[in-house]
Amino acid sequence: MTLAAATNENLAHLSNTLIYSAMAVYTLAFFAYITEWIFGSRSKIGRTAAALTGDTASKAQAPAVTVKKAGTTAVLERPKVVVRAAAGARDVPDGPGAHGGDEQGDLYGRIAISLTVLAFLIEFGGVFARALSVQRAPWGNMYEFNITFSTVAVGVYLTLLALRKNVRWLGLFLITTVLLDLGIAVTVLYTASDQLVPALHSYWLYIHVSTAILCGAVFYVGAVTTILYLFKDSYENKLANGGTPGTFATSFLERLPSSASLDKFSYRVNAAVFPLWTFTIIAGAIWAGDAWGRYWGWDPKETWAFITWVAYACYLHARATAGWKGRKAAYLALIAFACWLFNYYGVNIFVGGMHSYAGV
Amino acid sequence: MSKTTPPAAAERAEDQDVGAARSQLSTAPQEDAPGLPTLGVIGWARWFWRQLTSMRVALLLLLLLSLGAIPGSLIPQSGTDATKVADFQKNHTFLGPVYDKLGLFHVYSSVWFSAIYILLFISLIGCIVPRSWQFVGQLRGRPPGAPRRLTRLPAYTTWRTEAEPEQVREAALTLLKKRRFRAHLAGDAVAAEKGYLRETGNLAFHIALVVMLVAFAWGQLFKSEGNKLVVEGDGFSNTLTQYDDFKSGNLFTQDDLDPFSFNLDKFTGTYEPSGPNRGTPRTFQAAVDYSIGAYGKDKKTTIKVNEPLQVGDSKVYLTAHGYAPVITVRDGKGEVVFQDAVALLPLDSNVTSTGAIKVMDGYRNAKGQKEQLGFQAAFLPTYGGGTSVVSQFPALTNPVLNLEAYHGDLGVDAGIPQSVYQLDKTNLKGFKDSKGKQLRKNLRPGQTMQLPNGAGSVTFEKGIKEWANFQVTRQPGSGWALGGAFVAIFGLAGSLFIQRRRVWVRAARTADGVTVIEMAGLGRSESAKVPEELGDLAGILYDQAPGAPEPEDPSEDAPEGPSEGPSEGPSEEPSTPDSTSDSDVVPAEGAETK
Ligand code: HEM
Repeated sequence: MTLAAATNENLAHLSNTLIYSAMAVYTLAFFAYITEWIFGSRSKIGRTAAALTGDTASKAQAPAVTVKKAGTTAVLERPKVVVRAAAGARDVPDGPGAHGGDEQGDLYGRIAISLTVLAFLIEFGGVFARALSVQRAPWGNMYEFNITFSTVAVGVYLTLLALRKNVRWLGLFLITTVLLDLGIAVTVLYTASDQLVPALHSYWLYIHVSTAILCGAVFYVGAVTTILYLFKDSYENKLANGGTPGTFATSFLERLPSSASLDKFSYRVNAAVFPLWTFTIIAGAIWAGDAWGRYWGWDPKETWAFITWVAYACYLHARATAGWKGRKAAYLALIAFACWLFNYYGVNIFVGGMHSYAGV
Repeated sequence: MSKTTPPAAAERAEDQDVGAARSQLSTAPQEDAPGLPTLGVIGWARWFWRQLTSMRVALLLLLLLSLGAIPGSLIPQSGTDATKVADFQKNHTFLGPVYDKLGLFHVYSSVWFSAIYILLFISLIGCIVPRSWQFVGQLRGRPPGAPRRLTRLPAYTTWRTEAEPEQVREAALTLLKKRRFRAHLAGDAVAAEKGYLRETGNLAFHIALVVMLVAFAWGQLFKSEGNKLVVEGDGFSNTLTQYDDFKSGNLFTQDDLDPFSFNLDKFTGTYEPSGPNRGTPRTFQAAVDYSIGAYGKDKKTTIKVNEPLQVGDSKVYLTAHGYAPVITVRDGKGEVVFQDAVALLPLDSNVTSTGAIKVMDGYRNAKGQKEQLGFQAAFLPTYGGGTSVVSQFPALTNPVLNLEAYHGDLGVDAGIPQSVYQLDKTNLKGFKDSKGKQLRKNLRPGQTMQLPNGAGSVTFEKGIKEWANFQVTRQPGSGWALGGAFVAIFGLAGSLFIQRRRVWVRAARTADGVTVIEMAGLGRSESAKVPEELGDLAGILYDQAPGAPEPEDPSEDAPEGPSEGPSEGPSEEPSTPDSTSDSDVVPAEGAETK
């Protein structure tokens, strides 16, 4: 019995050490990302401007036609598919990413990603040790939510990278907030490891909370992209209307994907997790039905989960409604994420209710 | 472009062409401008209905619903915490009445909140019905024929082949059908469509929302919820009179109660024995045997905090527990006048408990007069020694019962309901000890306190019982809500992950006797998957109809226009600029600026 307690204590210590180490490595990664952006600013790129200031009128009329090389010796290769942007959409190419094509910048970017992978593994170890020390899933209080949340967010980012999605430009923004999140976790929210009170004991805990954390991480990625979309979109608008954006904005925004790509990416991300978020709420309701005798009771946490859900449904509807596409829908996405964030922190800290756990 | 046709007109004609290809690719309602109606009452009604069922209004109502749900999470609600509401009203003399008028203390049952969701509900139904009809129509109809100029579609490819056009079309039809497209031959082209599951999913999702809403409302109307405290060894049968308290929905009737009964055999609570979380509960469980119906067989089970007992529509939850010391009271002659386990109310997490023991009849005092006895009880499952009055640990490690003895009139016969945990001391007199002070004593299990002057005795028996509080809830319709929820998730996944798209394959013979194949794809929304899939299909078809050498004269390489069908119109112009003929596969976007 005491032996077990001692190992648990050691594991808890190990977990803390790992979390601090992860923070250190994330900090290094952060500086590497910054360096990537700085080196990247040396290169001069103006892809957006070039695309937007071209003869747009003639471009809109010209039909896309495939023409193959004439001649009897023509190679009979497979037909290529020509893709044509929808009418009215700007046809702006994606930026090259933070390094802006600069070789040294690219090198630092790769270092940053390697460091991120390393930090992720360390942080994962920290979360895992925590789980072992408390002998349950590490989701019993806000501290544990925070460390799991940032691990999952970084995991989502690395998974997207591994799938060869064009998301490398997200790195700096993600790691900045991961450091913030961990900083808050270890200073304000830290709670000594402890087991759960009976009310939290249920396998629905694992289902409900793990999907909630995953949804949050993905919604977060969607929100960051949406914000960048708004910047890039106004930048493109300004260019298209003949304005000249500031040099910093130009250098920074030119390297991001086009607003259309950012918009599409954030929509995909948000739409992809929306069913999972729906499931999370339902799993929560089932759990509440078992634990408290009613599956829905308008407890603040439930209410805000519902508000978040409706807000994201609004966003999806907005995308299907004429006149709401683009920026207006983007604002809705941000409002929806703000609701999620408020539910995650605000409700625990300001409102209370049955979802307040041991130690916040 | 052409000199004979103004470009804008050509553009418009082509847009119409593509518009037809795009038609009925979804069942989303058309957005029409909110122009005002002209036609009297019916016109207004139709206008109103059209507005209500439009996407714009659905969006607005959804926004309102999320906004409307906010105050309920920030202002105390009478449904969940009535005392907080009372406190709020006491502390906010101005806001209190205003909030009350606006229904802000019961947001989720307020008129305005109901109005929002009922409107949304109507809008939802008004949206689903026509969309379902439309969808059925689309399923019975066929995908629209190929637009004249496939080049204008988002994904396009073409090549020349020596195969016969009929052969190519036949091959394309077979290929598309094998890929589970709905395909048919229309003129010189094959038209195909796939991804109907998207619409099915979307409709299923919205219908499931209606089912969930109805199930929820049904549950609210017919629900019931009651509490019953049961001491170990005692039982409960599910009739209205047995409950300590009971709430029910507006349409509930007594007959709705499921017939069952149970006995509490044993309650077990365990607690963290040491460390910083000493005393934190680890398990709570109640071993019961229960039977269903009047003559049902006895079955044994345990009820835990997260694991209710389900009988029919009813669920029996374990919600609280405490101690019930067994007390024996004797009169002056030594006759037992009271013997029972007395449930005491826990005050803190270490189960410091208070309560009252009331001997209502059967007792006569030393003078032989009828009188009532009352004892104010404080119970510590773990007594810390000395003058400590709070328990140190929730389990029974060192139990002590403190009793204060009174006699006189308990006031229970006045007909005014009275708490079982408190003594009404207005007509009671305290027994005095030898020093003339209120008689009060700490008892350990098995000890007896003598009442002065031969008034009798009170014994704290060994074998302390525990009690458990059970909440019995019945919420009919929750099965429907759950079913609806799962349909909603799958419908949503189908609606969001499946792309509805169309593919056209045109094969037509050109003047030089070679067949030109054109393929184009169109998705409901822009997606990288559409060109990918088109490339895939083209690759397969290419193997069956391999490419032929390009003609020398590029002006004849006109992939436009069908060889039959309406061939008049401005868009018939071959639009391939000669200047591009020497470039490799190039979309003509950049061609004219060269
Ligand atoms: C309780 C309220 C509602 C919720 C939570 C809700 C939720 C959703 C969601 C999440 C989607 C996204 C699926 C997708 O993009 O394909 C969607 C699509 C859709 N909703 Fe709703 N909806 C609600 C009410 C309504 C109402 C009242 C209407 C009718 C005006 C409606 C019409 C549609 C249509 C037409 C689509 C498909 C749009 C498309 O095909 O892109 N919905 N809804």
